[in-house]
Amino acid sequence: MTALSLHSVRSGYGDEPVVHGVSAEVPTGGWLAIVGPNGAGKSTVLKTVAGLLRAQGEVRIDGRARLSRKDLSRIVGYAPQDPELPAGLTVTDYVLLGRTPHLGLLARESRHDLSIVDEVLERLDLSALAGRRMDMLSGGERQRAVLARVLAQRASLLLLDEPTTGLDLGHAQALLELIDRLRHEDGITVVSTLHDLTFAAQYADQVLLLDGGRAVAAGTPAEVLTAEALAAHYGATAEVSTTGRGELAVLPTRPDGPEGVSRRTGPSSAVPEN
Amino acid sequence: MPDTRTRLRAPVLLIGLLVLVAVLVSAVLAGASDLGWQRVLAEMWAQVTGGQSPLSAREAAIVWQLRVPRVLLAAIVGAALAVSGATFQGVFRNPLADPYLLGAAAGAGMAATLVVVLAPAVTGWMVGPLPLAAFAGAIGGVGLSWLVGRSAGSGTNTLLLAGVAVASFLTAIQTFAQQLNTQTIRQVYTWMLGGLNVSGWREVALAVPYVSVAAVVLCLSARLLDVLTLGDAEAASLGLRPGRIRLVVLAAASLATAAAVSVSGLIGFVGIVVPHVVRMLAGASYRVVIPLSLVGGAAFLVLADQLARTIMPGELPLGVVTAFTGAPFFAWILRSSRRRVS
Repeated sequence: MTALSLHSVRSGYGDEPVVHGVSAEVPTGGWLAIVGPNGAGKSTVLKTVAGLLRAQGEVRIDGRARLSRKDLSRIVGYAPQDPELPAGLTVTDYVLLGRTPHLGLLARESRHDLSIVDEVLERLDLSALAGRRMDMLSGGERQRAVLARVLAQRASLLLLDEPTTGLDLGHAQALLELIDRLRHEDGITVVSTLHDLTFAAQYADQVLLLDGGRAVAAGTPAEVLTAEALAAHYGATAEVSTTGRGELAVLPTRPDGPEGVSRRTGPSSAVPEN
Repeated sequence: MPDTRTRLRAPVLLIGLLVLVAVLVSAVLAGASDLGWQRVLAEMWAQVTGGQSPLSAREAAIVWQLRVPRVLLAAIVGAALAVSGATFQGVFRNPLADPYLLGAAAGAGMAATLVVVLAPAVTGWMVGPLPLAAFAGAIGGVGLSWLVGRSAGSGTNTLLLAGVAVASFLTAIQTFAQQLNTQTIRQVYTWMLGGLNVSGWREVALAVPYVSVAAVVLCLSARLLDVLTLGDAEAASLGLRPGRIRLVVLAAASLATAAAVSVSGLIGFVGIVVPHVVRMLAGASYRVVIPLSLVGGAAFLVLADQLARTIMPGELPLGVVTAFTGAPFFAWILRSSRRRVS
């Protein structure tokens, strides 16, 4: 079963196309990481799938094209890169907003909606923070609250735009582990943009590399994330190695080699004498 | 599991309503002409039970034809301005937004000035020309801002800037008309400072329908206003059409504002302060902010009007009183809530 298929999708803002013909297929329960240099159109692809931008080409979700906004919101959960966090609302208030697609326009949440929220908070280890105000959360707690809001939507396809933004190594890892656990337990599909290529390699089972709004490579992490591709599209020098446990890791290296350090910034040249 | 939602809890609403009733009654009991509050109370009791009233016919008329409509009108105007302010702050996600932001004040001011300048002698209509002009001007100002904003693109910032442009344009027309007719400045200025000194049952009847419709619409939309605070992209990803919701709630809020402006002139501060006080005391969800702003705005303006008409022999402009009493109170709330946070 295919959760998401994109066929020659073009989209952008106003008359300015940003994405020029991207195609991809994500099987149900899969994790697709969209990577690429800044401005490659990663977020634009996510917004297009979320139905927020007008697009040409074909976007099929669960095999269906042209879903109404309401239907789409029951299948697709979207967390933007920099979500607005309403100050003053409690974590419960915030997560409850995720039930909106399942409510009539002027309806109130039922006991069922509340129990879903309680369950999601429990699962994401947020129960103790349920009454805390959103603007009093730490970065890691905040990202978990955003994830909780998307999960309360009971969506089967999660679009996560840089979910680890602003998180330190440990918190980023914990969040991605959590997403992976939910994916396996619930069979949901994840499409995320990720800056950190090592994380992309470790968590996603497919990687789509964008550059200049075009898909330049797609496949397993090992196929896409090569030193040559990183040089060609990121202008970066990096080694792609395999750790002792068989995991892929992308390590940036200095373009001039390690001795370039002392040559350029050594004490003799750092302080010009005259 | 403890309830961690921000909800309008029954005791809170009840206390709010009791305070409002107490304020309303006390405002009717006290006034410029000293009838004695016990006697007014006895008169009210007599009206309820059909008993003997201690007041003369003239005194009873003061109570029922002057005081009661004025107090009710203050409550209606206060509720309208506070709930509109809360709505504007939610829609624009800006704590400084007030109901006059989109040209309601400038439109009403311009229209009122033009009426004073061009048709000073029109009398004998069922409703005076000034309230009608102010109402039309307020609606026109907001409508113009909406049209200009929409032609420039979607989004709240565009609308906000369109409001600024329209407001300065209308204010320029008003100032120009005023400069050509300096003898009318005093009358226009008095109107702009706001006041309820000409209020009667007619004004109450004029304002009630608009303000009630707006209040119902906004109470029903409270949850949607909460969703709008997530921003347009997320609201849309939750299946809503943020542009349409904005249109409906801004139209409702502007209707209430226009009704308020038409009967009371420009009364500042209520629209900004009351919603913030509610937020600090009871929570930031619009399910709490909208209904409690209605109650709080009503109580606040009745109190302010009571001060305005009793503190000095002559009447103070109501706008002066709201700012003079509201600003220190607001500063105090701001300080104490910050201390609680840190």
